[in-house]
Order: sequence, then structure tokens, then C-alpha cells
Amino acid sequence: MEIIVCVKQVPGTSEVEVDPVTGVLKRDGVASKMNPYDLFAMEAAMSLVEQYGGSVKTLTMGPPQAMAVLRETLYMGAEQGTLLSDRKFAGADVAATSYTLKCGVESMGTYDLILCGKQTTDGDTAQVGPEMAARLGLEHASNVLSIEAVKDGYVTVVSDLDEKRQTQRMKLPCLLCMEKDVNTPRLPSYKRKCAVQPTQLYTLSAADLATLDESKCGLKGSPTQVERIFPPDKNTDKTLHEGTPEELAGMLYQTLAARKLI
Amino acid sequence: MYNKLKQEDIAYLTNLVGAARMRTGDAISEDYSHDEMGGVSRMPDALIRVMTTEEVSAILRYANERRIPVVVRGSGTGLVGAGVPIEGGIMLETTGMNQILELDENNLTVTVQPGVLLMELSAFAEAHGLLYPPDPGEKSATIGGNISTNAGGMRAVKYGVTRDYVRALTAVLPTGEIMHCGGKVVKNSTGYSVKDLLIGAEGTLAVITEAVLKLVPLPAITVSLLLPFDSIKAAIETVPVLVRSKASLTAIEFMERDTILFSEDYLGKRFPHTTAPAYLLLTVDGNDQMVVDKELGNVAELCIAHGAWDAFIVDTQERKDSVWSARGAFLEAIKASTTQMDECDVVVPRDRVAEFILYTHEVAAQLNMRIPSFGHAGDGNLHVYICKDALEEEEWERMLLKAFDLLYGKAHEMGGLVSGEHGIGYAKRAYLSRAVGEEQVMLMRRIKAAFDPNGILNPGKVV
Repeated sequence: MEIIVCVKQVPGTSEVEVDPVTGVLKRDGVASKMNPYDLFAMEAAMSLVEQYGGSVKTLTMGPPQAMAVLRETLYMGAEQGTLLSDRKFAGADVAATSYTLKCGVESMGTYDLILCGKQTTDGDTAQVGPEMAARLGLEHASNVLSIEAVKDGYVTVVSDLDEKRQTQRMKLPCLLCMEKDVNTPRLPSYKRKCAVQPTQLYTLSAADLATLDESKCGLKGSPTQVERIFPPDKNTDKTLHEGTPEELAGMLYQTLAARKLI
Repeated sequence: MYNKLKQEDIAYLTNLVGAARMRTGDAISEDYSHDEMGGVSRMPDALIRVMTTEEVSAILRYANERRIPVVVRGSGTGLVGAGVPIEGGIMLETTGMNQILELDENNLTVTVQPGVLLMELSAFAEAHGLLYPPDPGEKSATIGGNISTNAGGMRAVKYGVTRDYVRALTAVLPTGEIMHCGGKVVKNSTGYSVKDLLIGAEGTLAVITEAVLKLVPLPAITVSLLLPFDSIKAAIETVPVLVRSKASLTAIEFMERDTILFSEDYLGKRFPHTTAPAYLLLTVDGNDQMVVDKELGNVAELCIAHGAWDAFIVDTQERKDSVWSARGAFLEAIKASTTQMDECDVVVPRDRVAEFILYTHEVAAQLNMRIPSFGHAGDGNLHVYICKDALEEEEWERMLLKAFDLLYGKAHEMGGLVSGEHGIGYAKRAYLSRAVGEEQVMLMRRIKAAFDPNGILNPGKVV
């Protein structure tokens, strides 16, 4: 089973400052790490490979230093890591990011499954995974709690739909976004760290991606722009409603309508 | 020898502290009759939530005149019954004195009241870029309690124990006098160190009402390695090699697979690796990533050369949580795995740890009992748990004594001592003289009498 795991490098702490002028996260001098949600995807991938054979390749987009998270995936058991890095990719929103990653996936050969973390701790949108699936023409499932079985070209997965759990059989290849805390991610191995070969890591620029249309990536390809990032006002007012989901929806509608918010 | 608490005493004390902070009889929760050790309990006759040094002084002066026993209690997390009022009387609860009074960044000290919790102090220090190094597993213990047992914890290998971080104490003698010992000074050769007598005295000499503690700069980087081994013997025999290699390690913990599995059940969380029979968990800290990485590399190579399967890197907060939360829950997890247990908190020279642990396995086989253990391989302090499981009460008492005799006997033979960090309290008194000799126990009794001529403070403990 060939699996691609998408990972992202994020700030090492949750206390990141925002540049008040540009509205961009100040990443310089802040220690970084692998997005904690991606660790669950990595572990799920390694368990599948242990069970069904095959290998795990990892993919990320970011500045050159993002190679560090790909190295870490190798220490955890991946065979190969690909970094998409180019100034032209900078400033990408979720649409441009998912587009660039899609082109990255297309450059990686055949695969049976793509695994992503549910969201990242810095962007928190939870959109890149599903958007990639749409762009690749794959079925996808989010909030995946467990991968039950892989058989005859199909995978059975259980997803958390808040009030329900949904078990679905999906045709491979497909894309799954793993919920957090669904497993205990394995730790990076020192022995694997010592054994890493330069040939296991690739950096690809815009020019290296055959299917890429440069106008669709980076800031240029982003239909949304961050106007301003600011810490939200703290407001502790709250009203507690109780009732069935239908009643609550009604009450919420009334409240929002009364405040002329909808 | 002691007087019972009378109505007039209750009236006097109530008048002194106000009715809101005074409880008697059935109004006292059963919790106050014991600590975390099973098997010894007694309710106090009065429970007073004290708030000031002066108040403690007034209560002690009164209790001393009336010959009423007084026991001090923090969070009640002790493991040797030191905080159990075995003679009844008055219990002073310090958890209301929970203010961090001052952070002195010029002298790197923090001044605290005794009821501040260890977790509150460490969070406070870290928020200011500083570290309070003593790190016992029980983070909800009070600092007063930590000082009274000279608590150690996991960072002792590099940073030492609570005693090494107490600069000054304010304490009230059983006769009511308020004493200030030590100061915000780095050096001190000014007479006998009364401060150091109070540390580890388990509340038998005076009541600590304020402490000045030393802090150190918070290391920017802390990374642990989890090392799986074929056997506990192979794991622990690597420890003297590490010590000899002069690696600068903050913590060297050992753990067995069974204990990890108990902890998984207890926490409902899986540990990142459970296929090896035994593990070492090492920590390196520092401020320079390259230096820390080099140290980690050296340590990993050394361990692998001595039989470690691999060295797993525990670097981010998520990874630290997944490993250290299990380590922190071992005591509770073992407790949950049996009907009752008692603990042997021995400390032996570091190069005898492997031998001692193997001996616990021998004793377990010989007595047909379950004796799991874990502990601080780097400082020789072991936590060995004798489990009651399905034994009948009488049989349990008998077997427990037998197990303790064997284990403490072996520790003594190896040049070890009865307690590394939990203290003597009530439960381990019988083993004190064997460890330190009758003359030293007599000297301790004379010291006790000098502080507490009427023996009202925490009677029946330590000596």
C-alpha cells in the first residue's frame, strides 16, 4: 500500500506574535515543529504499512527550513520526503495551497491513499485536505477516527460527525483527514535519523512541477487575502440554551435575527 | 501524656481564628484522617485552616501550654503517614496560606507561603523564564510538604533535591516563638543550620510558615530519550556507564513494561512504545541546540552500544506529554492495579541499583507476591511497591513485614538508606535505627526535645 502523508511545519508554541503592520505571523526566531495533528496521520500511515506492506512518502510546502519536518517523518518511518519550496508559492491561502500540493502529489507517482491531519495549529482552517481531494478528483473523509480495513481496492473508515459516527467504505485512492488523539504517534528513532540518506529528500520548485500553472499558486493565486490579524476582543458574555438540535437551531436563528446579524 | 481537646479549648481557638476556619467533630471530612498511604488513620479533634504566621504562633503557644497535640497538613499527599494525627488533637491546614509573596529577580529567589502547590510554583517560575528544579511526581503537593520531606523527584541527578533550593525559612516553634533561619544569601556559615534541620523534619520540629526558594534560569531546550532494552538488568546496568561517561543528564528514570501497561489502563492512553521489557528515560537540557543534540547523540550511541534497541526522541510538548504523563501516573496506576499496597522508597548507591531491582524480583518470587517498581535510576532512589492483591488481611500484614525486612536489609547491606524522598513518618519508624544506628536516633530525640520540650508537635513520627 503506497501512502502519501501531507505535513506542515508550524510554530513550536501557541504564543506567536503577529506583525501589526503586515498581519503576518512572526516566524523568525520562533522554534518550529511538525503540526501536532499531522502526527496522527503519520502514525495511521505507519500502522497501515505495517499491516498491509508498502511505504509512506511525505509531502509539505514551505520555506527551505520546512525540510526539518520531512526529516522527522523519515525518523518516524517514512521512506521519502518531498518539499515544495519556491518564492512563487509564498503567501498562499487555502485554495492556492491545496492547488500547489495537488501538483506536488501529481509529481509523486501512483498512490493508494493520502492522509492529512485534520487541521493545523497555526492556520486552523481544516480546509486544505478536503480541497486537495476535490482538486485531485478523490473521495475524502474528515474527522477520521479509525481506519478499519483495506480490502479489494476499498478502505473502511469511521468518522466523527459530532452527534453520529459514520462508517463508510471508500474506493481507493482517496484522501482521509485524521482526527486528533486517535492514536499515540510513534516517536522519532535515533537509529533512523542516523541512517537517513540525502536521496530520500527532494526539494521541488515551481519549474519542477509539470502540471503547475503558476498563476494559481502563491499570493497571486489566492482568491482570499488576509487583511488584518489581531487578537480577538475578550468577551465572556454567554447565554446558555438547552433543547434538541432542532429547537436550538430555531433559538439561534431567533437570536441572530434579533441582533440583525443575519 | 496529652490532653484531650476540651470545649473551652475549642471556644478559645474559635475565638482566635473565627468560626469559619475552624471545624470540629463530624464537620471534619474523613480525608483529614489519612494521607496517601493506606493503613493508618485517625481523625483530628479540630481542624484549623491557618492564614498567618502569628496565628500559627498563637495556636502553638496555647496547645503547648495545654499539652494538646498538633499536626500540620498540606495537601495530604504524603506516603508514610507523617500527616496523620495519630494522637488526635489539632490539625493545622496550610492550604489557605497559598500566596507567592515575592519574585526577586536580582537574587533569583521566590518567597512563598507553605500552602503554594508545587505545580503553581513551577508554572509561576516558568512564566518568568526561571525553573524551580525539584520535580517530585506529585505536583499537587504543597511546598511546605515538599520541604518537610526534603522531596526529590526526577531532576535530582543534575539539580539535586528540595534542600538544595531552600534559602530561608520562617518557622514557628512548638512553644510559639517565630524563627527566621537562613536568608536570601548564597553562602551561609553562620552557626548551626537550623534551616537544614527543619528541612526533612516532617513537621516534628516546627511549623514552616514561609520559605525563600532558589530558582535557576529556565533551560531553553529540554529533550528526553526513551530507550528500550531486552531486560531491566540490561537497562539499569547502563546507568553507571552513563554516569561514568560524564554525560550531563537531568533525569535517568527506569521503567518496566508491566508498569507502563498499568499506566496505560489507568490513563486510558497508549504509551508510544510498549514492546520492550524495560526502558530507560533520560533527559538532557541546555540552551544551545547544537550542544544538546551532541550530548543526546553521545548518550544514544552509548546506550545502543550497551544493548538499547534504539533511542526514541521525545522533543516536542506532545511527545513529552505522551511519555511523561505515563511516568507521572505510575504510582496511581500501580495503586489502581491492586487492593492495597505499601511502598519501599529506598535509596542505594547508584552503581547498586540494578542489583537491588533484581533482588526485588527474587523477593517477589520467594514470597509469591507482586512487587512492581520504577524509579530514579540516576540517583539510586527506587520506588518498590509491595502489592496486597488477593491476600487476606492477616497474611498481608505478615508478608508485608517480611518483604520490608528483606528489602531494607538488602539496601542496608549495600550502603543504602530507608528513604530517598518520602520520609520516615509513622510507617517507616521501625527501620530508622537500623539504617542510622541507635546513637543517631538518640541524638535526633534530643534535638526533638530541644525544639519541642513537651512533644506536642506531630507526636509519634520519625523518632
